[in-house]
Amino acid sequence: MYRETEIVKQPGVGEPDVFGDMVINIGPQHPSTHGVLHLVITLNGETIKKVEPHLGYIHRSIEKMCESLSFRQFIYVTSKMDYLSSHINNHGCCLCVEKGMQIEVPPRAQVIRVLMDELTRLASHQLWWGAGAMDIGALTPFFHAFREREMINDIMEETCGTRLTMNYMVPGGVMADVHPNFQRRVHEFINHFKTKIDEYDELLTGNVIFQNRMKRVGYLSKEDAISYGCTGPTARGSGVNCDIRKLYPYEVYSKLQFDEITETAGDCFARYLVRMKEMRQSLSIVEQLIDNIPEGEVQAKTKAVLKLPKGEYYSRVETARGEFGVYIVSEGGTTPYRIKFRSPGYCNLSALDHMARGGKIGDLVAIMAMIDLVIPDIDR
Amino acid sequence: MPSLENIANSIHEWLYSTFSPTWAMLIEFAIVGVCIISLFALLGLVLIMMERKVSAWMQLRLGPNRVGPVGMFQTLADTLKLMVKEGMTPNGADKFLFNVAPFIVMIIAMVIMAPLMFAKGLQIWDINIGILFVASVSSVSVIGVLMAGWASNNKYSLLGAMRSGAQIVSYELSAGFAILVIVVLTGDLKISSIVNSQADGWWIFKGHLPVWIAFVIFMIAVTAETNRAPFDLAEAESELTAGFHTEYSGMKFALFFLAEYANIFVVCAIGATLFLGGWQPLHFGTGTKFNEIMDYIPSSVWFIGKTFFLIFIIMWFRWTFPRLRIDQLLNLEWKYLLPISMFNILLVTLIAIMGWHF
Repeated sequence: MYRETEIVKQPGVGEPDVFGDMVINIGPQHPSTHGVLHLVITLNGETIKKVEPHLGYIHRSIEKMCESLSFRQFIYVTSKMDYLSSHINNHGCCLCVEKGMQIEVPPRAQVIRVLMDELTRLASHQLWWGAGAMDIGALTPFFHAFREREMINDIMEETCGTRLTMNYMVPGGVMADVHPNFQRRVHEFINHFKTKIDEYDELLTGNVIFQNRMKRVGYLSKEDAISYGCTGPTARGSGVNCDIRKLYPYEVYSKLQFDEITETAGDCFARYLVRMKEMRQSLSIVEQLIDNIPEGEVQAKTKAVLKLPKGEYYSRVETARGEFGVYIVSEGGTTPYRIKFRSPGYCNLSALDHMARGGKIGDLVAIMAMIDLVIPDIDR
Repeated sequence: MPSLENIANSIHEWLYSTFSPTWAMLIEFAIVGVCIISLFALLGLVLIMMERKVSAWMQLRLGPNRVGPVGMFQTLADTLKLMVKEGMTPNGADKFLFNVAPFIVMIIAMVIMAPLMFAKGLQIWDINIGILFVASVSSVSVIGVLMAGWASNNKYSLLGAMRSGAQIVSYELSAGFAILVIVVLTGDLKISSIVNSQADGWWIFKGHLPVWIAFVIFMIAVTAETNRAPFDLAEAESELTAGFHTEYSGMKFALFFLAEYANIFVVCAIGATLFLGGWQPLHFGTGTKFNEIMDYIPSSVWFIGKTFFLIFIIMWFRWTFPRLRIDQLLNLEWKYLLPISMFNILLVTLIAIMGWHF
């Protein structure tokens, strides 16, 4: 029988390894995480061995909150999740409620919704472009992106009343008709942005330094993208067809002419190109719809208090970051019994470790920039 | 016409005729010290203002425009704020090294000024190994950066300092080779003779291809050496928050900041001296009316103008390009710039031997 002290200790167990890995906390407050994301990265020199995201710094239990809000009210809480595509989040929730209540949305409202969706997507991608470039170290694109984003925000402000969290949707349509200036200003924006998007390419896409920072960085194969549950431009950069607007068309998307952008390279530059091309597609969708807004009601007649029939409902929309799913369990009351959001950022973040391993710290920043993380969307 | 040369010379003569040589020299030391320190303060104010205005111009903004006319006193206000701020020293830091590092960086930036020729006849120390002195002293500044990064006891700072070390040591080589091109053509290390050799035309005009190559390499290398974007890996704000000066605050931070701008001025002044003729005015041919008009412009204006032109180019880099990654940075130096500059040296030696340059 051994005494306690005689037990042979395994080296390195239970004692901190003095000459071990270098562990760095990136975040919770760090310029490149765009929010309060906490990454614990293990380094070997400059090379990354492991990335461990720690979540929960701004968890606000939105899903639980929604359980105590009526079917009209809970929609607007989702604006605060992915605040850059708040309108699209609201859209997903409205679709789910409408599916349960079997409300037919009037054609005018459908077109306005899609228009607003695409404008939101453009604004979100513009911010991504600027902020992404800033992460790579180019500060000027940020201001150029904001110039165009400001125009969209002004359009939103005029029609919806707010600039960021629009809260413009109601089950059965939109809250109010568009502002009389809406069409004129969208036309102005289209004409302006058509020239400026080429400027974006000139400033950044063709830059050798930028391409070197992006190409062959953060490789994600098609299989990995699917198994990690990536959606949106992150997955489409790896060649996965996952555009909800094409796969499960909602509203008027089935009648529109637009392409689903996919790239097969699977690196950061592919993700970058997907978003850049998506901007042009969104622009073309806006162009197709802006002169063809049908006349009529903007809201279907609904009861003042919505009671979803007992059952489970799921609907999905394509936000600027990927698939946003809303899953409602209703017991027949005025509030949801259980609600679950499938947010794109959370799944995309899960692939970060896989993509960043073996890269440098600079690569990690580039990968995060090209996933386009919005932290409230991840933490909810 | 009262020129800076006459003023400097008359002060020098008056001092030596009035006092004993030892006292005259000590007084000259004091005068030079005061001049350099005020030049530093002035450079800080002017260059930071310029940077902010240039960046604003490129970024569709107005830049500072509240404090004073067109925001001229904004930098002063910022300096005041930094001065009254608490200069913290972190608990785990090596207190002595931490506090001495900004001064080392600063002092080295000042020492490099010694052999610079600011105008015709206005030079502090016309040492016979002038340009070698500049090259060797400027490479010491990495010690201050390493000190700051190591003493901060912060992993971000350490990474930034290590990056900076690797970067400055590598880029020193191609900067040295670029300087060597001019030394080969001039046949002298003395700054005054380098400037005088350009009286009949700047080296950028009469040196053919090798000098252009050297000029481009020099600009790239000094941008890297001064830790400016796109080579600002030592303080890459999106990766390492602030790199080697993460833990610094108040005036100690301001010293790093000031030293960066002073270094930019120094390297651009050297670039102007080597390639753009220092204080020599622009001349075409001999004895034309154009040359006479150019001669009327004071030599100090020529020197400052050329220097600020180069500074503008470096600022232009910063606000246009994304940042390189550390391995790409070293690749660029060791795989491209260094072989090119080595070949360039051979080429320029051939040209100098055969006398093919103008």
